[in-house]
Amino acid sequence: MSTETRERVLVDADWVESHLDDAGVVLVEVDEDTTAYDKNHIRGAVRLDWKKDLQDPVRRDFVDKEQFEKLLSARGIGNDHTVVLYGGNNNWFAAYAYWYFKLYGHTDVRLLDGGRKKWELDSRELVPDVPERVATTYTAKDQDRSIRAFRDEVEAAIGQQNLVDVRSPDEFAGRLLAPAHLPQEQAQRKGHIPTAKNIPWSQAANDDGTFKSDDELTKLYGDAGVDFGKDTIAYCRIGERSSHTWFVIHELLGQESVKNYDGSWVEWGSLVGVPITLEEQP
Amino acid sequence: MCGATAGGPSTDGVDLTQESVVQGVVHRDGQPVAGAYVRLLDASGEFTAEVPTSATGQFRFFAAPGSWTVRTLAPKAAVVDRPVVAAKGQIADLHVAL
Repeated sequence: MSTETRERVLVDADWVESHLDDAGVVLVEVDEDTTAYDKNHIRGAVRLDWKKDLQDPVRRDFVDKEQFEKLLSARGIGNDHTVVLYGGNNNWFAAYAYWYFKLYGHTDVRLLDGGRKKWELDSRELVPDVPERVATTYTAKDQDRSIRAFRDEVEAAIGQQNLVDVRSPDEFAGRLLAPAHLPQEQAQRKGHIPTAKNIPWSQAANDDGTFKSDDELTKLYGDAGVDFGKDTIAYCRIGERSSHTWFVIHELLGQESVKNYDGSWVEWGSLVGVPITLEEQP
Repeated sequence: MCGATAGGPSTDGVDLTQESVVQGVVHRDGQPVAGAYVRLLDASGEFTAEVPTSATGQFRFFAAPGSWTVRTLAPKAAVVDRPVVAAKGQIADLHVAL
């Protein structure tokens, strides 16, 4: 994929600094731990809380189209804005929001390469001031189900499509149920979906959180045995790290048929009767 | 819950006899460093988790028993790798100097 194509979905910190006063660009910080935003953020950035703002408060599902419209309108985000997302955790939640914006059909959305971490490691400016934006009237599209996988489809994909498990090797092999910065007390089963390849999301990123080059990424999935002649479904624990990999395969590498299974392990590991594998990757 | 709280997860309400804790403090010239990024790598060098340090320079992981590497990244500092062994019911405490 050309550099030009990459720039349509991914911008670097210099690009963001040179567009801080561009009225056509809205910066959005996305995190679960929103205390980071409260302390400081990139100048002009508004906040989205991936859980409070993007999840239905009762059912395990997303906010619907009308709720999404209301949310973006209130944040002062219009249909014509270039939305640049960034966040902590190596952009996990920013990538999740990116996929979410695509799900509801936003035209121009991009990620800040490296997210908040790279910005901080570069010692770039962060400010505490919360911007005031004029409300808009945002119109979302119906969900684009071509990028979202549900459980039945995942079961049908076993042995047929590329299943990419992007969790850590310890989670894949069933030694851990969650990333190691979280308590492990959970009730569902451990392991992975049969025939899934374990390609941790982190292998697509450098230590500073930036994405690897297209050549490195192509080699990563090729060496791991992913056949891009087939459709692909990515999953993790709750669908945020797999959004990161969905971004890599669908947006950076330009593969067309790639879905994120946002139900992910928290759903699969709790389903009755579905197959689970515990073995390490051969 | 997948967000990394600065400093890592709280131990409040957690049964530590069941956890393999890796924690510590990042210092520079004797002062704690807030906002450094601490990554936990498994025995094969694969990324497992990452937290920013708290205001007091602290970090914590709930790991699994075994050998790990704690890698610290901070502005204007070289990357520091420290090996550590975690065991169930125990707390491995590190002091990382930048």
